[in-house]
Amino acid sequence: MNNNLYNYILGIADNSLILGQRMGELCGHGPTLETDIACTNISLDLFGQVRSYFQYAAKIAGDGRTEDDIAMLRKEREYKNVLLAEQPNTNFAYTIARQFLFDVYHLAFLSELQNSKDLTLSAIAKKCVKEVSYHERFSSDWVKRLGDGTEESHLKMQEAINDLWTYTDELFHQTESDKVMIKEGVAVDTAKLKENYYKQVSALLEEATLETPESKWFQKGGKKGVHTEHLGYLLADLQYMQRTYPNMEW
Amino acid sequence: MSEDQIKNLRAEESLSLEAQFEARIARDEKIEPKDWMPEKYRQTHIRQMSQHAHSEIVGMLPEGNWITRAPSLRRKVALLAKVQDEAGHGLYLYSATETLGISRDEMYEQLHTGKAKYSSIFNYPTLTWADMGAIGWLVDGAAIINQVPLCNTSYGPYARAMIRVCKEESFHQRQGYEIMIKLANGTPEQKEMAQDALNRWWWPSLMMLGPTDDKSVHTAQSMKWKLKRKTNDELRQQFIDQTVPQADLIGLTIPDPDLKWNEERGSYDFGEIDWDEFWQVVKGHGPMNKARMNARVGAWERGEWVRDAAMAHAKKKNNRKQKQAV
Repeated sequence: MNNNLYNYILGIADNSLILGQRMGELCGHGPTLETDIACTNISLDLFGQVRSYFQYAAKIAGDGRTEDDIAMLRKEREYKNVLLAEQPNTNFAYTIARQFLFDVYHLAFLSELQNSKDLTLSAIAKKCVKEVSYHERFSSDWVKRLGDGTEESHLKMQEAINDLWTYTDELFHQTESDKVMIKEGVAVDTAKLKENYYKQVSALLEEATLETPESKWFQKGGKKGVHTEHLGYLLADLQYMQRTYPNMEW
Repeated sequence: MSEDQIKNLRAEESLSLEAQFEARIARDEKIEPKDWMPEKYRQTHIRQMSQHAHSEIVGMLPEGNWITRAPSLRRKVALLAKVQDEAGHGLYLYSATETLGISRDEMYEQLHTGKAKYSSIFNYPTLTWADMGAIGWLVDGAAIINQVPLCNTSYGPYARAMIRVCKEESFHQRQGYEIMIKLANGTPEQKEMAQDALNRWWWPSLMMLGPTDDKSVHTAQSMKWKLKRKTNDELRQQFIDQTVPQADLIGLTIPDPDLKWNEERGSYDFGEIDWDEFWQVVKGHGPMNKARMNARVGAWERGEWVRDAAMAHAKKKNNRKQKQAV
């Protein structure tokens, strides 16, 4: 099996898996019915993407593991999502900030992944990019609404951006597998996306009358499986059925 | 003309309008939002349609409870899609109700203060994954039986909304049954989980079709306006006759020792429904009434600053546009 390719796919897919799980938590609890539907829809898109990635990963692994085994039966340290994705839904501003900071990256990433030499990844990216351009529009619009809304919403939005800012740098970190895959023309060279990412994010924050945080203290570790304390609880839910009733079909 | 004469004239006019209105319904014509309608027709429809919308929205909670714990990615995606459909149903039912001159905020207010009801079935807890199957199979199954006749109801916006709702509900029902098939054919633990869910959801599902005909206050009027085409008891019998063979087919047992095929009637006889339990839940004292309302009211209150921000932002944007135009 191509370990590097397998790890590379997991790195991409775990972001969608964990963020999808977070968005799924909100179902039925949104501030309006329309945002409720939108958040559930984003979750649905992300899980759809996860299935495509993990089905491909299962094929590469070729050891009988299924998409569900890969999604739900790994240990906490084996999940490779960025720390940003696992941050909790503290309030709607945090949900939107997390989504926005991820979407801007995700959209740029998928646009590039369409050019991958790996035809399956390229095909998945082509499908996902349409969905994610909608996610990005949704989260950007809400950053503007909340940033340039009321005094209260402005403060809340700024606080959420400030708090989550520390997780943005990790989006551009590269693992050893990433580097090998970049050389082979399979992976996206995320280092090249960084400058534009911060420009785009800052421009939108400005439009939303928000300040771009200046802090250069960044957190990292997710890509190596060193997570925040939040992930364990998220996995407890995600894995509950598979752990309690092993080896069954649903 | 004296005041009395004017009053009489108006009453006559109104009577004739009402007679025309009833004649239109009898001819199976649709009543549209701008048409004249008796106040009672309007109020009855607001009550029933908003109750229906609320049921969709509150109904998201028991199933939403299992989204993060769904046992496979395929099931998780299907469940998300289903709950999202319900939100969509709520949205167009609220919109359809707004055509009768009530705002969505007013309807929420009625829900949150307990003035408006929603389907009592959602006041039961979802304890295991099999409950997702049982809800789809039984609850959506009973809902379809209730709702299919509404595709031909007299109020146009409601009838049109119901056509779409019913299509999706029938998909949900099959999806729920498919979960049950899989469990019933699975390991002993899975089968036990399925049987337990059927045991807990069977009687509340029968109650969903409403009190017996002699206790139902709205039936006669609703029949006339085609808000109802069959009585509660007829609908309940239809549900039982349809569902028992489905349970048999997958080897699950309906939890009713009195259930028996009646050759003469061509229907199943069934045991006594616990109406005390039904009224307890309807009156707000079921296992989850308080939790469901807390979840809805909580989401509404926590979302207030978000809605305020969206309004303020729209206003600012509008002002800027107007300034530019000047």
